[in-house]
Parts: sequence; structure tokens; C-alpha cells
Amino acid sequence: MERFIIKNPSNKASLLRTSTLLFALVSLLNFSSFASSGEDKKFNAGEMIMHHISDAHEIHIIGDFAIYLPIILKTESGWEVFSSSHFYHNEIHDDSGNHYYEYSDYILFHEHVYLKGNGFTLDEKGEIVNEAVTLDMSITKNIAGIFLTCFLMLFVFFKVASGYKKRGMQAPKGIQSFMEPLILFVRDEIARPSIGKHADRFVPFLLTVFFFIWISNLLGLIPFLGGLNITGTLSVTMVLATIVFIITTINGNKHYWGHLFWPPNVPLPIKVILVPIEIAGIFIKPLVLMVRLTANITAGHIIILAFVCLIFIFGEQSAGAGYGVGIGSTLFMIFMNFIELLVAFLQAYVFTLLAALYFGGATEEAHH
Amino acid sequence: MLSVSLGTVIWTTIAFLIVVFILAKFAWKPILSSIKEREDSIQEALEDAEKAKEMMRELKEDNEKLLQEARLERDELLKSARDTKDKIISDSKEKASEEGEKIIKSAKEAINAEKSAAMAELKNHVAALSIEIAEKILRQELSKDAKQQELIDDAIKNAKLN
Repeated sequence: MERFIIKNPSNKASLLRTSTLLFALVSLLNFSSFASSGEDKKFNAGEMIMHHISDAHEIHIIGDFAIYLPIILKTESGWEVFSSSHFYHNEIHDDSGNHYYEYSDYILFHEHVYLKGNGFTLDEKGEIVNEAVTLDMSITKNIAGIFLTCFLMLFVFFKVASGYKKRGMQAPKGIQSFMEPLILFVRDEIARPSIGKHADRFVPFLLTVFFFIWISNLLGLIPFLGGLNITGTLSVTMVLATIVFIITTINGNKHYWGHLFWPPNVPLPIKVILVPIEIAGIFIKPLVLMVRLTANITAGHIIILAFVCLIFIFGEQSAGAGYGVGIGSTLFMIFMNFIELLVAFLQAYVFTLLAALYFGGATEEAHH
Repeated sequence: MLSVSLGTVIWTTIAFLIVVFILAKFAWKPILSSIKEREDSIQEALEDAEKAKEMMRELKEDNEKLLQEARLERDELLKSARDTKDKIISDSKEKASEEGEKIIKSAKEAINAEKSAAMAELKNHVAALSIEIAEKILRQELSKDAKQQELIDDAIKNAKLN
């Protein structure tokens, strides 16, 4: 199965993207250290970018206007639900320049909820020592984004389905005719060639994954929507990759497991090397899926945000430099947005294609 | 972003699985089956069209064959008619000439017979006329004695007794 990954040209692109991400991170950290070397109030690009691509408990629309999302906590004393506005309206700056939010018995620090206990305390390394809550089930920005994606999918595809019910054999119309080529693309270009004769069994799942990732990616590109970074969140891609892993494992047939644990026509010494690699491969494959998607989407966001930061960094030197760089940055941002539009589709395609290939490998029947 | 949060994992799992099951049951199933149905019907229509085309071709071939046969038959009929005509014409021509010849022959015969009969009658008539004339002459000539004598003399003269 590994050969599929190597063959896949997008893997190279993904490597490139990952290195871009690293490069961007490194250069931004440089920027931030440069920026923070002066006054504390100075613009900190690294912090700004990390803040934007990280999850939050509010959807920041513009200026002071934000949608405050519910905080849902399970503590030893039971469940507690309240609006995050309580946190955000009670910002506290301590003496050493850290800032956090406080409400009743809880503290919100770097978007994580902790028990207040004896008050906000950090250790020497700057790590928080307060105890985290037992379970934080808050509807964060990205979870709200997931709900929005799910709602959009249900809305759109129920409409499409009703279109088919209404028009039956007739030519598709409206949103139905927009979605039909995509549905056929997933079925005929992804599922059927990769899986083979059992393909149709997996098509519903592949369609859902494809559109889930694609719509999530697109939501992340819409400005003034709080900068959603759904598929750039490791927790989300982990769930998707885990489901792919579970389906692959459940559907693995005798041929698949046989080849895995006892590859035929291979001398014993090589078997000794090969089998552990193959077993590791079972877990590496979904891991790769998970990391690739997160890295690509996050990298895209970071690049666009970096262009925004450039304006502020140069703007701090002089207003003229800020305007000058602003024009170039904006043009680059427009260009990047177009690329991200393509990447949004491409990554959905790659994830679905690789999932389909794994399913295909698991259900492939002996042919020799 | 890069740290895994349990809350996000739980919410994502719930939301995603619900969407998978609802869409699979209420959206993908009708959509995919409709698409398949349509594809099948298109396939069927194409096959039918192909079949119709084949049938059309066969029909055309049959027609062509029929036409060819009819043409051949017509040609044959025409040919035999022409032959019959020619035969009738040549037969009648032959018969006519034969008949003509026969008529001419019989006419010739009749003419000859008439001719010989007329000749015979003419001869008889001439003979009778000659005798009458001779009788008349004789009667005239011999009415005188001198003449009778002369004749007797002449006859005696010519009738030399050898």
C-alpha cells in the first residue's frame, strides 16, 4: 500500500507545503522576537497568527463584535454551562505581562479552561500549574464551524436528494446539477478505480468525507467568519483518520491480513523485517492522512496571515512603508486565496482518494 | 491547533457520524440510486437505439433485396415479352410469306390453266373459223367452172406421181 503514497504526486506537494509551514513558522518566530525585542506593546506577528489559527471560544466577526459560544464543562461537581462572554468581558493582566480571563471558579488561559483553585499561577517555564477541568465540552469556534458544515451538508444534499425525487429521470437542475458532477467524480474517479468491485459500499462514506473536508476548507477561507480552521485542527482530522482506520480494519479480508502478517513468496529473513514495517504501516497510513490535511490547511492560513502581518510590521516602521507593503501584500493575499481555493478542493480529493485506496487494499481479493 | 482536545474530538465524532448516517440514509441513497437508474435508462435507451438501428439496417437490406428481386423479375418479364413479340412477329412473317407464296403459286397455276384452256378454245375457234373461211372461199372459188378446172390442174400438177 505504501507505494500508492509514493506514487501519489500530491504527496510531494504536501511535503512542500509542510516545509513551507515550517519555514513560515520559523520566519514568523523571528519576526515576533524582533518585534517583541522593543516595547511590549509592539505588534507580535507570531502570537497574532497562532491566535488566529488556534481554536477559540468566540467567533470574532469584526471590531468588538463577536459571537460568544457556550462553555460546557464537566467538573467533579457536575456539568456547568455558561456563555464565554463572561470570560471575555473579564480580562486580567498580571504583573509579568500574562493575560487570562476569569469567571466564577474558572480561568481561561490560551483558550483552555482551568480550575481557579488558588488563583492563576505559572511555573518557571511559563506553564500553567492550575488543574484543568475534567472534561471541556465547550462549543468552540471550530466545533461551531463543524456544526455549520454539517448543517450546510444536510441542507444542500437534502435539497439535491429532493431534486432527484422530484425530477426523477429528467436532467438535473439548480444545485442538483452543480453537485451531480462532484458526486459522480467521487464515485467514478475516486471510489471505483481505487476500490474496484466493492466500491459502491464505500461511496456514501467517501462522499461525506469529501464534502465535509471541502466545505470545511472553504468555510476557513471566508473572511469575517472568525477565521475557521476546522480541517487545520488536529483533533478533527484525527477523528476522520480514525474512522478511515476503523473502516479499513473492519473490512480487511483474509487476503489483506494474510499479506500483512505473512507475505507470500518472500524469504523468511525479509519477512522478519517486512512484517513489522507492514504492521506499523497500518497505523502510519491514517496518521499520514491526519497530518497532511492539518498541515496543508494550516499552512495556507499561516501564509495568508503572514501577508497581513507584513503590513503591520512595516507599518510600525513608517506609515508609508505600511501602505507600500500593503499593496503588494494584498495582491499576494488575493493570489494565495485563489491557490487556497484550489487547495481546499485538492486536499479533500487527496484525503478521499487515499481513504479509498486503503479501503481498496483491504477489500482486494486474491488474484494470483 | 496542534494539541488534541478531547472535547473537539467528541463533538467532531458525534457530528460527523450523525451526518454520515443521515446523509447515507436520506441523501446518498436516493441520489445514487436515482443516478444509477438514470444511467441504466440511458444505457437501455442507447442499446435500444442500437437495436433499432440494426433492425432498420436489416429492414433496409431486406427492402434492397426485395427491390433487387423485383427488378430482376421485371427484367425477366420484359425479356420474355420481347422474345414472345419477336417470335410472334417472325412467325407471322414466315407464315405470311408462306401464304403469299402459296397464293402466288396457286394463282400462277390457275393462270396457266386458264391460259391453256383459253389457248385450246382459241385454237378450236380459229380452226372452226378457218374451216368456215375455207368453206366460204371454196364455195366462191368453185362456183366458176374454169376455176374448178384450174384447181384440179394445179392439184394434178403438184401431185406428181412418183
